[in-house]
Amino acid sequence: MSESGITLAALRKDLRLEWRSKDAINSMLFFSLLVVVIFSFAFNPTAEESRIIAGGLIWTAFLFAAVVALNQTWARELRNQVLDAYRVSPAPANALFLSKAIGNFVFVTVLEALMTPLFIVFYNLRALGPAYLLLVVSVLGTWALVVNGTFFAAISLRTRSREIMLPLLLFPISVPALMAMVEATRIILMGDGSPKFWIVLLGVYDVVFTTVCLTLFETVLNAE
Amino acid sequence: MKPGFVIFALIVFALLSYALYAALVLAPTELTMGDVQRIFYYHLPSAWTGMLLFIVNFVASIWYLIKRNAKADILALTTAEVGLVFWTVVLITGPLWARPVWGIWWTWDARLTSSLVLWLIYASYLILRRFSAGTQMPVLAATLAVFGFADVPFVYLAIWFFRTQHPQPVIGGGGSLDPYMWHVVLWNWLAFGLFAVLVCWVRWRLETTKRQVEALHATAALEGGYR
Amino acid sequence: MNVSAAEKNSNPGAPVVVLSNLTKQFGRFAALRKVSAEFLPGRLYAVLGENGAGKSTMLRAIAGLAQPTDGQVRVLGSDRVRDVCHRLGYMAHPSLLYDEMSGLENLLYFAGLYGVHDRQRSVAAIERVGLDPELLRPVSQYSQGMRQRMSLARALVHDPELLLLDEPFSNVDVASAREMVQLLGKMRDGGKTIFVVTHQASLLAPVADEFVWMHAGTIEKRTSHLEPGVTQ
Repeated sequence: MSESGITLAALRKDLRLEWRSKDAINSMLFFSLLVVVIFSFAFNPTAEESRIIAGGLIWTAFLFAAVVALNQTWARELRNQVLDAYRVSPAPANALFLSKAIGNFVFVTVLEALMTPLFIVFYNLRALGPAYLLLVVSVLGTWALVVNGTFFAAISLRTRSREIMLPLLLFPISVPALMAMVEATRIILMGDGSPKFWIVLLGVYDVVFTTVCLTLFETVLNAE
Repeated sequence: MKPGFVIFALIVFALLSYALYAALVLAPTELTMGDVQRIFYYHLPSAWTGMLLFIVNFVASIWYLIKRNAKADILALTTAEVGLVFWTVVLITGPLWARPVWGIWWTWDARLTSSLVLWLIYASYLILRRFSAGTQMPVLAATLAVFGFADVPFVYLAIWFFRTQHPQPVIGGGGSLDPYMWHVVLWNWLAFGLFAVLVCWVRWRLETTKRQVEALHATAALEGGYR
Repeated sequence: MNVSAAEKNSNPGAPVVVLSNLTKQFGRFAALRKVSAEFLPGRLYAVLGENGAGKSTMLRAIAGLAQPTDGQVRVLGSDRVRDVCHRLGYMAHPSLLYDEMSGLENLLYFAGLYGVHDRQRSVAAIERVGLDPELLRPVSQYSQGMRQRMSLARALVHDPELLLLDEPFSNVDVASAREMVQLLGKMRDGGKTIFVVTHQASLLAPVADEFVWMHAGTIEKRTSHLEPGVTQ
């Protein structure tokens, strides 16, 4: 089977497994709901202030929730040592990486779709700038988090304190992407200037790091 | 201790002493900031030295990924550790300088914020090295180093643009440097750079010896001595 | 994916696995110590030894799951296991299956990884190990015997020439274990080379061609019969 065929088969398998167990989605949903509520106690903004800080709040909540998903999707491969069955087969390592990354992208996007209305309601948000651009920022930003997150989650599999290793590695490296997401969101909500620079930065970031991940994943998968 | 090492250490010591003297006594006092400004002679050269060390770390990591050469891994470890120390100096001297001069400990300006993120990236690199086991650790660490270094331009770019939108007081920014001050900076950079080489040398020897001991134990186990 | 006749018959008597000074160390612990051995095709090898003798490590090195610290592994004529991995099947004590999927779903997925898209082959593999392909129950609800049999089906689905089985009979009921042994014997008769790591040597006595005794990371001896008095 071609590499893309295997990627699709592995992705379908992951989506099916997730649908049956709902491990990742449930943990993510509950966790981000908690974060939203806690933030609303920590910051009590007016509508005007909300628009300024909403970008930061929302993306922080999604980042923490994404980490939950990232850990879960690899944990699935460790149960019953299933990962060995993949490694022993002729299937290419990158197909596994892409299927995990795309799967995580789907899960986090579903989470965002469910949580965003909640944010809009809790913080009385209304975009003053072009709202469709928020979609672009969301897609590029989510991929930025998920592609590096999937890679570092695979690295963390081979460390002690697996769950803490992932955020430890992911957060510093994601700083530019996070800044871009937060700033672009703020600019669009405030209708204050153009988010173009940030969107381009996110795009370039995505391309560079997807390439690095695909180049190095096989090395990491077979390191032992 | 090798005689070459002792001689080099003496040279470095002499240079550091001269550089300190130049910074504290020879350099002219800055007009507006006064003597506090002299901390700049530690702040800037530390940053440059740290950056050079991280560049070497990046090259060594790529070399390791391609060749799986143990020396490359030791070089990567050494430069990361020493680089992080210098970067810690940057992060400490920055606020120490800022407080008396600008009245604030910290500002999220481009340089300081980038420094902090860089520090976090290499700290996470060292933590990864500590938390992963055995033979796979150098490979994992080397891949992280590649990611970290690839991230650096993005970090600078993002924060720089952010600050053009949200201007903040910039520590130590703007203005040209008096040529004599520049002179002192360069002496300090030379001294710090050579000092870094000295420390790396020691760390290198330490790590190499440690690995040699491990290899001896491993060979002993192989010959059936013990498990 | 079927192995071409040319691939199979290019050198019929050539050893299927050659280990040269194979060494595997984890820090100070030497799991395999300069193991050198040759294994011929079409035979069933029972690998025996106490815990920590290196049996699993040797199998993993042959399967390409463990990189040797030193020495060489030559499998099916190739130095790079990656090139011939479609011709070998691996099974271990954990099931290597997804708990939330049914047996057939698992097989269809893993068959796909080997480029086997014919559903009938997955069905046939399940039937061959004595299970029902129509069973919709997720694997997590199987008994241990069923799970090991399904894992064996997974290792067989792409019709490999070389089978590496690491403790396939652990915690399996005697009846299932005996059936599996018979199946292994039949496969060996059909030309497959099979390695079985086990603590239950007597179970394999009827079908094994050779017993490989390992101790402290080396192969101590190789016998064609089980020593009298060895009950384990």
